[in-house]
Amino acid sequence: MSTRTIAGQKNLQKINQAAKDGIGGSPLRPDGTLKVKGEFAYSSDLWHEDMLWGTALRSPHPRANILSVDVSEALKVPGVYAVLTHEDIPGEKYYGLEIADQPALAIDKVRYHGEAIALVAADHPETARRAVKKIKVEYEVLTPIVTEEQCLDPETHGYVHEPHEYKSHAYGNVCHEQKLVSGLGVTDEVRALADVVVSGEYEVGMQDQAFLGPESGLAVPAEDGGVDLYIATQWLHVDRQQMAPVLDLPLEKVRLTLAGVGGAFGGREDLSMQIHACLLALHTGKPVKIVYARDESFFGHVHRHPARMRYEHGATRDGKLVFADCRIVLDGGAYASASPAVVGNAASLGHGPYVIPNVRMHAIALYSNNPSCGAMRGFGAVQAAFGYESQMDKLAEALGMDPVELRQLNAVTQGDRMPTGQEIDAPAPVAELLQRVKDMPLPPPLDLEHLDVRTLPGALSNTSHGEGIVRGVGYSVGIKNVGFSEGFDDYSTARVRLEVIGGEPVAMVHTAMAEVGQGGVTVHAQIARTELGVEQVTIHPANTEVGSAGSTSASRQTYMTGGAVKLAAEAVRHELLERGRHRYGWTQTDLSLVGGKVVSASAGVLIPIVDLLGDDAIEQTREHHHRPTVPFDKETGQGFGHVQYTFCANRAVVDVDVELGLVKVVELTAVQDVGKALNPLSVVGQIQGGCTQALGLAVMEEIVVKDGKVRNASFTDYLIPTILDTPPIPVQILELPDPHAPYGLRGVGEAPTVSATPSIVAAIRQATGKALTRIPVRPEHLTDTL
Amino acid sequence: MRVTFSANGKPVEADDVWEGESLLYVLRERVGLPGSKNACEQGECGSCTVYLDGVPVCSCLVAAGQVQGREVRTVEGLAGPDGELGLVQQAFVDAGAVQCGFCTPGLLVQTDALLAADPQPSDTDIREALSGNLCRCTGYEKIMDAVRLASARTCAGKEHAE
Repeated sequence: MSTRTIAGQKNLQKINQAAKDGIGGSPLRPDGTLKVKGEFAYSSDLWHEDMLWGTALRSPHPRANILSVDVSEALKVPGVYAVLTHEDIPGEKYYGLEIADQPALAIDKVRYHGEAIALVAADHPETARRAVKKIKVEYEVLTPIVTEEQCLDPETHGYVHEPHEYKSHAYGNVCHEQKLVSGLGVTDEVRALADVVVSGEYEVGMQDQAFLGPESGLAVPAEDGGVDLYIATQWLHVDRQQMAPVLDLPLEKVRLTLAGVGGAFGGREDLSMQIHACLLALHTGKPVKIVYARDESFFGHVHRHPARMRYEHGATRDGKLVFADCRIVLDGGAYASASPAVVGNAASLGHGPYVIPNVRMHAIALYSNNPSCGAMRGFGAVQAAFGYESQMDKLAEALGMDPVELRQLNAVTQGDRMPTGQEIDAPAPVAELLQRVKDMPLPPPLDLEHLDVRTLPGALSNTSHGEGIVRGVGYSVGIKNVGFSEGFDDYSTARVRLEVIGGEPVAMVHTAMAEVGQGGVTVHAQIARTELGVEQVTIHPANTEVGSAGSTSASRQTYMTGGAVKLAAEAVRHELLERGRHRYGWTQTDLSLVGGKVVSASAGVLIPIVDLLGDDAIEQTREHHHRPTVPFDKETGQGFGHVQYTFCANRAVVDVDVELGLVKVVELTAVQDVGKALNPLSVVGQIQGGCTQALGLAVMEEIVVKDGKVRNASFTDYLIPTILDTPPIPVQILELPDPHAPYGLRGVGEAPTVSATPSIVAAIRQATGKALTRIPVRPEHLTDTL
Repeated sequence: MRVTFSANGKPVEADDVWEGESLLYVLRERVGLPGSKNACEQGECGSCTVYLDGVPVCSCLVAAGQVQGREVRTVEGLAGPDGELGLVQQAFVDAGAVQCGFCTPGLLVQTDALLAADPQPSDTDIREALSGNLCRCTGYEKIMDAVRLASARTCAGKEHAE
């Protein structure tokens, strides 16, 4: 096997930093050097002798019955080794993250535009693509069920899935729902308690994760009848759990190794090409590589749920919230994916970080013939934040109050209860975050004397030299949960080994954590250095030879797998010190490992680790479980459902060309409480990246779907922020420790993506006076051309 | 067809190249230089940026046949003769400009070209020069830091040499 194939080992590099590079420092990424040299092996870079290329035939229709599939002409193409349909699947035909409702290859019908129907393996990717075009599919095209009204009237418009096939609590075309009532709920009597009531309807378009590294991997058939898959994913073990039944293999014969991952943001939480590559490899007996082209990537993963929301808020004359009511309708598309958990988040977090005595909420996800939606950074909290923060601004205006002061007046703090009844039992400095972001210096005003057209709305298009430009400022705050909720035990496993190599103590950390760019590998090494007092740490390739690390999502990896590394390292330290106590009769209770030595706070250096270890190795494996949570009550939404909360506040400054409807975000400031910054450089990088994806949702990014068909599956037509679209992003971090979390840390990655979008829209509203109830905001929303 | 060209100063030869193949495909799949990335295959993302006769281009938009007899320099050619990191590469690592790293090879080549043309670009110059290179992880702030750092080191190096 070529060295390029062994992705994990290729990407493995010994970290050789000083012991000062423990937690709280910002040592450089262990994979950084390989990445800047172009030598880091991403999943799309893998190669194997005799390798075939796989690709899929995808449906051009969002809803159709498949009358026949004829693969005979495709099989005749020279260089084609296999053409497979669902009939060739050896095991279970359905899989899914939470509900196994998705066929690995379409069976008799297609439910969304781009659904995979057949697979081809050939000796050149172009041969495979051409063979796909020779597959003849006879469709009976049906009218797609795509609007909320159509979905909720199945008697007239039909069902996306036959109700008798439901494998969950779905009904009609509702995939999942969650209700919530707290206090007195929202009744006419409660409404009468408010002096001011504001309501609004809000809409969020379908955002894409748009990670740069396309879905890809290499499946290698093994002599034992199993398969080895080198793959870019967010969770190796849950991939395997879904794959093995379809491949009709026991778990241990489906072995996964993490290849280099080019970003994820939720888009790799579901399976994409994993089963397909393995089916082709097992069928042909040859290694098979699949790499999606960008258009296929848009069809091949789930997106952020589009949402329609109706909010109503009531407050007293002095600004205290009296009640809040909300209905959120999320379009889940053809298959469930993570929709149930997204609904749970939307319902439980959908009234924001505010104290509200009386609350009602109803959140649902629909089955439709639109593209499937599931996990994306912010996960159900993003859509709602646009709704409740828009409402806060509307309420402030109705009351004649400062919008920041209104938020601060109603902000939750430690000891308050969420609408779910869950007490916030860790710092929740929402008012302080808002104050700090407000107090940060503003950028200089637009200087008409010294204009650089590149910094204006329209930028290089040279559309304005300052005329028609109006500046606006907006604020927002958001709340996100960390870790999996509602009773899910998403534990993480870590194995830590300490031994002497080349005369030095070296720690090896082995987890199945998917490093997708977030910097978990850096943090794991920092934790091992801090706990074991060593300089050298080796990160073992992530694979299924060690227990699950859970998903790289929900802002959870540093908390959960970082916590597991801490536990395993502590166990290794304990065993080492016990050995010393046993051998040398140490009686001190103040021992620690520092600078490669066993040190007593009272008696000084006792012995170098090297001498205590000798030729032995100490290895310990530990699981880290977060504190238990419970599912929310289906009717009342009550329950201790979340592990941890995280908060971010933003200020956006925008310049708007009010004649052309063009927006330039001038500055996007963020203040976030991170509990403890294990690696401040990475933490700031996460917050800036999260803010930028929020900027994309505010003014640019939307998968345009018309009658169930995706109209912009390319980077030419689906726009993500460039460096010219992105402003300076000043970040201030607070470190208020959470007593329940390892080192007091708080998950970081998602909160800014939740909170930043509404601040930008608020700033555009201030500049234009427009209501702006839909994101992304488009030029036609700003120029009365609608 | 057969295509011969110079890659990072060394002569390379690719056989059985299909006429529709891009320079990017030949680099990645035929001559063992997978450092240049394929993220969009239509010239929008810049991840495949390489030097072609000293000019940065999206290698996905260059037909393989067009490079016959020409000089290509990729991210793999930015390091020194003994594999030590080039100045721009080191700055990206030091500044925390690398997260997933998929955009990095293209950004490095584009930054290298920018600083060769203008060792002290303004922030707006940097943003304009890199506006054809998409990054989804960083929010670009650390990339700005990296380019400023590389610029400062370039200028310091020149002063030192003088």
